[in-house]
Order: sequence, then structure tokens, then C-alpha cells
Amino acid sequence: MTRLSLPALSLGALLAVGTPALATECIAPANPGGGWDFTCRQIGRILYEIGAVPSPVQVTNMAGAGGGVAYTAVVSDRGDDGDLIVAASSATTTRLAQNAFAGMTADQVRWLGTIAGDPGVIVVAADSPYQTLGDLVAAVTADPSSVAFAGGSAVGGYDHLKVLMLMSRTGFEDARAIRYIGLDGGADAITQTVGGFTQAMTGDISEIGGFISSGEVRALAVLSPERIDGYDIPTAREQGVDLVAMNWRGLYVPHDITDEQFEAWTARLQQVADSEQWQQVMHDNGLAPYTLVGDEFEAFVNANIAEIQEISREIGILQ
Amino acid sequence: MDILSNLAMGFGVALSPWTLMLAVIGCFIGTIVGALPGLGPSNGVALLIPISFSMGLDAISALVLLTSVYYGAMYGGRISSILLNIPGDEPAMMTTLDGYPMARQGRAGDALVVSGVASFVGAFLATIGLMLLAPMLSRVAYQFGPAEYFALYLLAFCTLGGVGSNNQAKSALAALIGLGIAMIGLDKTTGMPRFTFGELHLMDGIDFLVAIVGLFAVSEVFFFIESHGKNSAIGVVLDKVRIPWNDLKRSTGAMLRGTGVGFVAGILPGAGASLGSFLAYILEKGVARNPQDFGKGEVRGVAAPEAGNNAAAGGALIPMLTLGVPGSGTTAVLLALLLTLNITPGPLLFTERPEVVWGLIASLLIANVVLLIMNVPMVKIFVKVLTVPSHILLPGVTMVAFVGIYSLTGSSYDMQLMVAFGVLGYLCRKLDIPTVPIILGILLGNAMEDNLRRAMVLSDGDWTYLFSSGVSIGLWVAAIIGFMAPLFLRRFLKRPSLPEANED
Repeated sequence: MTRLSLPALSLGALLAVGTPALATECIAPANPGGGWDFTCRQIGRILYEIGAVPSPVQVTNMAGAGGGVAYTAVVSDRGDDGDLIVAASSATTTRLAQNAFAGMTADQVRWLGTIAGDPGVIVVAADSPYQTLGDLVAAVTADPSSVAFAGGSAVGGYDHLKVLMLMSRTGFEDARAIRYIGLDGGADAITQTVGGFTQAMTGDISEIGGFISSGEVRALAVLSPERIDGYDIPTAREQGVDLVAMNWRGLYVPHDITDEQFEAWTARLQQVADSEQWQQVMHDNGLAPYTLVGDEFEAFVNANIAEIQEISREIGILQ
Repeated sequence: MDILSNLAMGFGVALSPWTLMLAVIGCFIGTIVGALPGLGPSNGVALLIPISFSMGLDAISALVLLTSVYYGAMYGGRISSILLNIPGDEPAMMTTLDGYPMARQGRAGDALVVSGVASFVGAFLATIGLMLLAPMLSRVAYQFGPAEYFALYLLAFCTLGGVGSNNQAKSALAALIGLGIAMIGLDKTTGMPRFTFGELHLMDGIDFLVAIVGLFAVSEVFFFIESHGKNSAIGVVLDKVRIPWNDLKRSTGAMLRGTGVGFVAGILPGAGASLGSFLAYILEKGVARNPQDFGKGEVRGVAAPEAGNNAAAGGALIPMLTLGVPGSGTTAVLLALLLTLNITPGPLLFTERPEVVWGLIASLLIANVVLLIMNVPMVKIFVKVLTVPSHILLPGVTMVAFVGIYSLTGSSYDMQLMVAFGVLGYLCRKLDIPTVPIILGILLGNAMEDNLRRAMVLSDGDWTYLFSSGVSIGLWVAAIIGFMAPLFLRRFLKRPSLPEANED
């Protein structure tokens, strides 16, 4: 922080108080209902409830190209809008890594932070012969064609990457031999697995927690650093596979906002992360705490993108 | 008597004056939204979500309001189908086939009453079905794997030939155009963009609502401009509305059959109301002793698809509530609403949040009664919306089309695309190519392709996998029969006259 920043910050605060006309806007780069919409609505609600912003946060749904339309709009039209936050998740960085945003790169925005993670989970049907993660890995290693995975994202998407990362961490080399079908969301993928059309399924715990609790599917492993409250699922690490795959829920902001504005946003996001309301939201939705803000988050995003690019090259999605 | 006590609890929640008022408001708005061409249940519900939040409604009130809008729009969709030959929403497409000819014969009132009653029968029985069968029927989805879905969509396409046109080759051409358009966008199986020419807006493919509004509403406007309103649908008037007891009696069977087919189609995730009304119409034409009258103002051709699409709307709530799998565009929007309200649909919803589920079911029953009253004796009010002079209605249609699409996608690109579809629709009408198969191609093309490719991944490229289950074999047989039957029937019936070229 330079000496100049303090007066600038208070001036900014004065301006923010003095001009109530401009409400904070949160862009959810998808139609209502998905994770991004959830991020915007919940963070937006809490920001207002804890008094971090003066008026209710307006949520704009800007669907298209898996977040690419919003990304382009933010980069090209809203580059210095200090009242704008945009929902993001691992899907955003996955697509950036795979160059799916028509040449846009991750350094064209500023990565504000993540304040929760949706732990990845690997499940099989209740009547499946596989009892542990080890059983499943052994079956795939012995004959990759004997196990088909279903997931809620397209080939090359995060659910697919979870399977590939899992198998590569156990020393399985032939990524292209692994069978995976991408469906429209976790519930669809579960249906296929319970119906016996696929043998295993990867997804996020928030979308399939209900199926686990009702006993229709059996969770073999949760891909979080620690076990998750409310579920009796061993982590992959406990079972000897060093894999953490959290679908993080976070925000980015336009690239050309001032450092003061960026600092103010990181402080506000930290406030949300620390609030009781957010703990409740995480609890209600099966999310696990996963807080990284500011520079730390920027470093995480870059490392994440590098890893995804490597795997994507292996399976031929990226040249 | 679990169901009765649960239902009593549901009515306890739903019968408060406040929720009742919301149901009436929702029904009213929904019917208008449904009646306006281009604005369908999904945009209606989507537009109202932000409003219900800014009103600070709790979970149950918001649900009651928006499901009333949903059901209302399903009712209202038929009004412009019958009077204007423009489906008010996409599931009301099939209602135009016989509804509009009836209106041309001066029987618009009869068509509206019959379709209103059919809507009630379909929706009411489907809600009861939802109540009785939801826990059980959620398991039907488990019988449908990629091969079965592929066969199901194939069935829809194979039976296309007989609808909308007298010329199966033209129908097939239209279906192929639709399938071709569906290929635009990100390929789900490999993640590669196809036919996008580097255009970011095309990455998600073409929104079928853009295509529908373009092909139906905008092309109608072009047609109007060309003909100065002489041959256009816009401007049909409605005389007296009487209750046509004879027609009702004649179409009772059609309503019940349509309800059954529509309900089942609604339950299948991804199929939804459009397929429901479509299959109901096909079935009705199939079982009728006078299939040649269909398309010329046969009352059963109005009753069956309306019962079908309303029953499907009820059926579609089942996978949405019990599996979290939306069966249609609108239930996807409702799913979004539930998630925003912190209610996670899934197998546990019925045990964990019974007040939400049963409150919803009770309010649906109430909404249906309200809608029957609004849509039969009071239908003239809604027709007023449509019988305004064409120099006001026409810019209105144009405006609503543009505003509706813009509010849905927030993209000026889609508005240009919509105009392009308007031109396509205009050309198709000039060439007597039906536009319905184009829409179905766009609507089902991706799902059909995805499922075929998933099946191929699962079977390692072995195509016999497509016929490997009883369900899929049954669907294939039905598809083949559906495709062949019209050819034989046509020869059998031997129409004496040439197909009427300027029926429209």
C-alpha cells in the first residue's frame, strides 16, 4: 500500500456513500439455477445483509459460451467498472485453460477470491460391486473398458478431469482409454448410474448429496482435504490417492479497476467468508470452507490452469 | 391414507387468502403471457423470478405464484394458436393445426372452450397423477439410458412425416434443416466448437426460443407486410362464446388419451410438453376414424394436444421434484427458482420438505380451477388482448418478440438471428415447407446426437447396443410403424382431390 492509497480509499468510500444511484452488480455468466447464479445471489444477499454494500446487489444473468460471453463483455466493455463482480468457478478456469473463450486469457481480469468449495465426489450405484476407491481404481486399471464414468460436464470438463486426475495419480497412464460420457448436470449423470448404464459417476457433492443420503448411490470417496460434515465418506487421501478436487465458488473483477477498489473488494469478500450467514449457506448446500482471496487466489488460479492444460494436452483437447 | 393427510396439510398451506391471491394473479399474468405470441411459460416464469424476489416472497408464496404463471401460460398458449395461427408458446404449436382452421370456419369460440376444458382435464388429472405417482414414477427415468433416449427421439422424428404437411419429403427436408441448425455450437462429447466461425455467440448453439419466435412471430409479420393483412392470420375475430356440448362430448376420449400420453411424455426428462402435445396429436390422428379431417378443423385435433401439453406440464414436475432433472425449459427455470430458495429437489425432497411439495400440489389444484374459470367463461378478456386492430397488434407483436428475446438472452446478436429466422420462416411458407419439423429438429437434435454418441462410447462403437433393451426395441418398432403407416394409409384412403394449395 502506498501512502496515497489511504486518502484515495476514503475518497472512494465517500464517493460510494455519496452516489447511491449505482448499485453493485453481480454477473452470473449462466441462466438462473446453476452454481454461478447461486454464487451471485448468495454472496450478493450477504454483502447487503452485513452492510458491506449500501444497496441490494443486482444479479444479472449473462449466459453464453460457458461463461465466455460474460468474460468477453467484462474484458471489453466493463474493464474499469469498480461496482462489478462476476461469479466464477473451476469451470471458468478450465475453459480458460483449454482456450475455450476465443483467445481470451486468465490475465485479462483480476481474480478476487474463492470463499467455498464444492467437494468432488465419486459414487457408484448402491448395488455396485465396488466398495472402496481402491476397488474402482483396480477395475479400471485391469480393464478400462469395464468401467464407464458419467459426469455432469462435457468431455474435457471438470467432472471428466476429476476422473483423469484420479487415474493419473494412481499411475494409470493411458488417459484416452478411460470411458466417460458427459451429461447435462449431476442429476442426469446419477440417473444413468443408478439405471446401470454407467458404472461410476463423478460430480460435486452439492448436486448429488441428496442421492447419497437417500441411499440410492454409494459414495466411494470425497475429493476434499478433510471429510465433509454430515456425510460419512472417506476422502481420497485417506485411501491413498493424493487428489483434492474442489469446485471452488468465487469471483473475479474487471482488470482495470484501481488497486484501492480491488483491496476494498477483497476485504468485503473476506467479510462475507467470515459471516455467520455464509457458514449457514455452506452448511445448507453441502459446501466446504475453501477461502483464498487476493494474491493467494491469483497464484492458485495460475497453478490450476497450468495443471489443466497439461492433462488436456494428454487427452488431445488442447494442441 | 398418507396422501389425503398430506394433501390436507398442503391445502392448509395453500388456502391462506394471501397465497390464494397470488395464485389468481399468477394465473392471470400467466394466461396473458401464454397468449402473447413469442412469450412462453419459460420466459414468463423467468421474467417473474426477479419480481418475486424483490417482493420479498417466502419460498411457498414464490412457488405458488410462479407455478400459477407456468400453468396459466400453458392454458394461454392455445389462444393465439387458435386465433392467430401463431403458437403462444412452443408446446401450443400442435394446437394451431386444427385450432386455426376451426377459427377460419367461424368456430373460434368452440375451439377456445374445448381447448380450455381439455387444458383443465389434462392439467387436473396430471396434478392428481403427480400426487399419486411422483414417488413411484421417479424411477421410470432409470429405465432410460442413451440407447433408449435415442430411440425415443427417433420416434418423434419418424412420426413427423404425417404432420404439418401433405408432403413427407418436405417434412423430412425441414427436419434436416432443423437438425443441421442444432449442430451449431459446442460439441458436448469432444468440447469442440462446430460451425461457429469463431463467433462466441454461437458457442452455445442456437436458442430454440430465438428460432421459434423468428419462424412463427417474425415471419408472420413479414407475411402481413407482404399481403397488407389480407391473407394473414392476424386480425381474426371472435364472435360469441357458447359452450359446445356436442364437441365436448365428442372429444372426451381425445382429452383422456391426450392426458395419458402427455403425462408420460412429461415425466421423461428432456422430452417435455412439446413432445407431449405432439405425441397426443399423432395418437389421436392414429386412432381416429377420420384422420383425413385432421388439419382442417377437427375438434379432437384441438382437444388432444391441449390436454397433452397441460398434462405434460404436470408430468414434467415429477422428474424436476424427485430427481432434480427438469423435463422442459420451464421446469428448468422452476428448478432454478427452487435452488435460489435453498430448496434442493431430489429424492429426499418429499420427506425433508413435505410442506413445500404438498403446498405446491395443492396450489396447482387451486390454480387449475381458477384457470378453468378464467379461460372458459372469461376467455373474451384475454382474446381482447389479441383482437386489437392490426396496426396496433403488429408493432406490438414485433416489440414483444424483440423484448422477449432480448430479456431472455440479453444479446443483440440473438435479435438479429431471430430476424434471420423470420426470413427463413417466410421462405418456408412461400415454398410450402412446414416449419414445425425445423423447430423439432432444433429442439431435439442435440439431445438425440448426444445420446447416440454416449451409446457409442458405452458400447465401444457396437451399434447393436441401440437395440439391446426391451424399452428401446419397443420404441424402434413404434418409430418404424409411425414412419410407414402414413404411406400405406395414404394409398389406402386415396384422397380424391389434389391437396389444397391455398388453404392458408
